[in-house]
Amino acid sequence: MATYSTNEFKAGLKVMIDGYPGAIVENEFVKPGKGQAFNRVKIRNLKTGRIIERTFKSGDTIEAADVMDVEMQYLYSDGEFWHFMNPQSFEQMAADKDAVSDNAKWLKEQDVCILTLFNGVPITVMPPNTVTLKVVETDPGLKGDTSGGGGKPATLETGAVVRVPLFVQIGETIKVNTRTGEYLSRA
Amino acid sequence: MTEADWQPTATLEVLRLRARMLQRLRAFFLERDVLEVETPVLSAAATPDPALASLSTRYTGPLFPAGQAFYLQTSPEFPMKRLLAAGSGSIYQLCKVFRDGEAGRLHNPEFTMLEWYRVDFDHHQLMTEVESLVRHCIDDHVPLVKSEKLTYQEVFQRHLQLDPHTATAQEFAAVAHRHRIHPPADLFAHHDVAIWRDLLLTHVIEPHLGQGRLTFLHDFPASQASLARVRPGQPPLAERFELYWQGVELANGFHELADPAEQRIRFERQQHVRIASGLPVQPLDERLLAALTAGLPDCSGVALGFDRLVLLASGARQLDEVMAFPWTRA
Repeated sequence: MATYSTNEFKAGLKVMIDGYPGAIVENEFVKPGKGQAFNRVKIRNLKTGRIIERTFKSGDTIEAADVMDVEMQYLYSDGEFWHFMNPQSFEQMAADKDAVSDNAKWLKEQDVCILTLFNGVPITVMPPNTVTLKVVETDPGLKGDTSGGGGKPATLETGAVVRVPLFVQIGETIKVNTRTGEYLSRA
Repeated sequence: MTEADWQPTATLEVLRLRARMLQRLRAFFLERDVLEVETPVLSAAATPDPALASLSTRYTGPLFPAGQAFYLQTSPEFPMKRLLAAGSGSIYQLCKVFRDGEAGRLHNPEFTMLEWYRVDFDHHQLMTEVESLVRHCIDDHVPLVKSEKLTYQEVFQRHLQLDPHTATAQEFAAVAHRHRIHPPADLFAHHDVAIWRDLLLTHVIEPHLGQGRLTFLHDFPASQASLARVRPGQPPLAERFELYWQGVELANGFHELADPAEQRIRFERQQHVRIASGLPVQPLDERLLAALTAGLPDCSGVALGFDRLVLLASGARQLDEVMAFPWTRA
């Protein structure tokens, strides 16, 4: 079992916490001049994204998490699993509903996503920051509006619903920021 | 290393403030007739305090052809007490001190310490002088309201509704839990409550101390006396104080223990804690013990982290901003 001592703590280090993999977000060394030294650490649970706080005595060790990020191309979904392929090795991998969660609505065939693997199994799927998707459903909107003020809902080919300017029409492709869910521009 | 690593991390403006503060410190002591002294940074002995780790280096040459370990001081306390025992009168020193294992936002393994001793002062008189020095040194750079003195017991009662002298490990643990602190599991097995006190002091109480003012914390538990006199009573209390400003521990002072027999007992107790914790046993400073035997005048002493004082005076957030070159660029 690989372990890390508090002296190895830094932002981004992957560690096991309460049986789940986490990433260190912040590590503060706290020590009274004449007393016990502590490391006060904020850790992000890689599954839930929740930040938890833990205190360690300086010099303590903690179990390392066997976690890595890999870039994989999205292939298709069979309804139960989302299938991905490593574009170099052609190795395929399936992520379940828990791993894909809300990001399913941004997944478009052939887009390259980042999969976080824990013990070789995907636990999260991150789509690209920006995706280009076709509008399949929206109100016709007003002619001549180019400001984008106000806007209207539009349903995209992957099922995602975003607010778009009034001039965007069915059949057009647009760029969307997947982190904020906001319309960026026409593609 | 990146290419910009040769550059200082402090701005020239902060370095100028730092230089002005050093001048004001020296003027303060000159005016009060406190003698500036220098003592060795390298010592054949090291502090046995289990909370302090000494860095060491090796000398080889005349007198020690096979080489000899020397320790970098964690504070100039021991040689300064030898000067006091030799009749120096009140003295101060500005010097570099070194601590292994301490690095972070408010820690650099090498830092500048201001340490001074006042003959015939008790710790309350010295606290008054510490306040004058800080105010003089920052020259109204930062406004401060009236200072406060709180006992160790008062701050625990005020912020945790707990008596630090009588609370059990279970009671400390319950309070930590209430404040959403998750300590390591093995702490719950600890019978020594000192570690619980340190945990709650650093995590919950300290951020409240010295907000917009100087807060002196005094009357520590006897088990945390370090080199301070212990005043008999129920409970016995250490004549020790700490100064906080903006939640940052700035200085630590003692009404100095002068009894050589008691000092030796404390050193040996610390060595035993070292052995039990798997830490190296340190060569004791027998010259300090001999000086105490010859007679240390009644005095109080205090050590103040100068870099932290500059940090607070300049409004910086981490020590890198007030040191020309922190250890990561040394």
